[in-house]
Amino acid sequence: MRRVGIASSGLTKFTKKDSSMESLMISSIKPIFDNTKNLTQKDVDVVLTSTNANDKYLANIVSELSGISPKISHSVESLCNSGTNCIVSAFSYISSGLADVALVTGAEKTNSPGLVLDWDKSRGQYKHPIYWSSLFTSAHMRKYGTTMEDLAYVSAKNHRNSLDNPNSCFDHSYSFDEVMRSKNLTDNVRLLDCSMPCNGSASILLASEDIIRKFTENPVWIKGIGQKSISAGFTKNKDLASMQSTMFASSDAYSMSGNSPSDVDVAEVHDAFSICEIMALEDLKLVGPGRGADFVRDMYNTENKKINPRGGLIGTGHPLGATGIAQTIEMFQQVQGTAGKRQVEKARTALVHNMSAAATSSTVLILQS
Amino acid sequence: MNRFEQELKNDNFVCSECPKCQKLVWPPSEYCNNCFGSVTWRKVSRDATLLEYSCKNGEYFCVAEIEGQIRLVGKITNPSDLEMGQNLTLERCGYEDGEKFIFKIKKQALE
Repeated sequence: MRRVGIASSGLTKFTKKDSSMESLMISSIKPIFDNTKNLTQKDVDVVLTSTNANDKYLANIVSELSGISPKISHSVESLCNSGTNCIVSAFSYISSGLADVALVTGAEKTNSPGLVLDWDKSRGQYKHPIYWSSLFTSAHMRKYGTTMEDLAYVSAKNHRNSLDNPNSCFDHSYSFDEVMRSKNLTDNVRLLDCSMPCNGSASILLASEDIIRKFTENPVWIKGIGQKSISAGFTKNKDLASMQSTMFASSDAYSMSGNSPSDVDVAEVHDAFSICEIMALEDLKLVGPGRGADFVRDMYNTENKKINPRGGLIGTGHPLGATGIAQTIEMFQQVQGTAGKRQVEKARTALVHNMSAAATSSTVLILQS
Repeated sequence: MNRFEQELKNDNFVCSECPKCQKLVWPPSEYCNNCFGSVTWRKVSRDATLLEYSCKNGEYFCVAEIEGQIRLVGKITNPSDLEMGQNLTLERCGYEDGEKFIFKIKKQALE
């Protein structure tokens, strides 16, 4: 199996401004062609598109608009972890030898059809994501004594981190007190505990070890991949205070890269809601069971950016099909040492955690220089 | 509208069951998700157990388990001193723009 690395990336600003799907995607592909040395359209074998939108033949449309005639082109959809699923597919094409260079692009619009999973009969009339997040929150509070203050530290920390992220859909931060006072959507989920749907796009260029140095002297390798789907329906996850799919996916990713959780220097975790960051820290084994809230509070108090340095989903916005790619780009830049004001010192091993639909499916990637 | 939804509309909660594997197939499907054999349909018990709950604007919603095999999110109409493991009854179900499950705490649990 050939090594696969990340050579380059591009992002649009996340906004509430409407735009067409292909225009969003092209806008994050452009910086890759503008900024990658020696890259021409002829180098690209694979174009994969990640979105929850119902656009047809999108990978071919985007290829044509980019002047690329790829060998392989198609869309990948898996609700909120479409982006990392797309990266895993591109990785597989390259590592198997079917392709050398893959362009992965993801985008979403505010009115995405991926926000609610109508199919899930077990959710009854409670199909909006705030209900599962509220039930996760209840379960975590019951098991570990998590408080509304603990949740507010997640959101306040991530909003503060996003001040150094020029692509965030927010132009200002929200303080701990503002999160505490924000409107209750349920008894234990406030408006500022939620990530916001928005428009945005993220693109990433992957290449095989045989060719990647043509495009960059500073490649970042995808060393570990773990992916697991427990179900599509919310209620198959047995313990509502943890995310089974994340535990399986991270265990496989650590095993593939030969790392342990203590090796992780920096991570982007899928904070769709405040409770998700606390649970992810525990389920990725970055902290012990029930220790996630204390760890977040400590990061808030010490301005430690180890988790979600770009602001996560809460601080940046959540354009579903772009999110997993945007998370991976942040970790790519952290390992490259090009994250600017967001740079975490000595970030050599980075982890991406991206999940979908009440953590019924999770993807974990481990990146290294 | 499929069989499950049609029955739900008439306040009947039915589920597919595999006679060979002797298990309920949830979510409802034409084939067993273990052996791919054909399923039969039967009414499911209205007795449920409370696994978790939360509240939005004074309206309580919960995860409840039926026959140890089916978990549903539904409304609780008479919340009072809710405790995990409490016995509930599936008081009503329906189908209007999607499924609806409405649970009630069993009386003896309130005494």
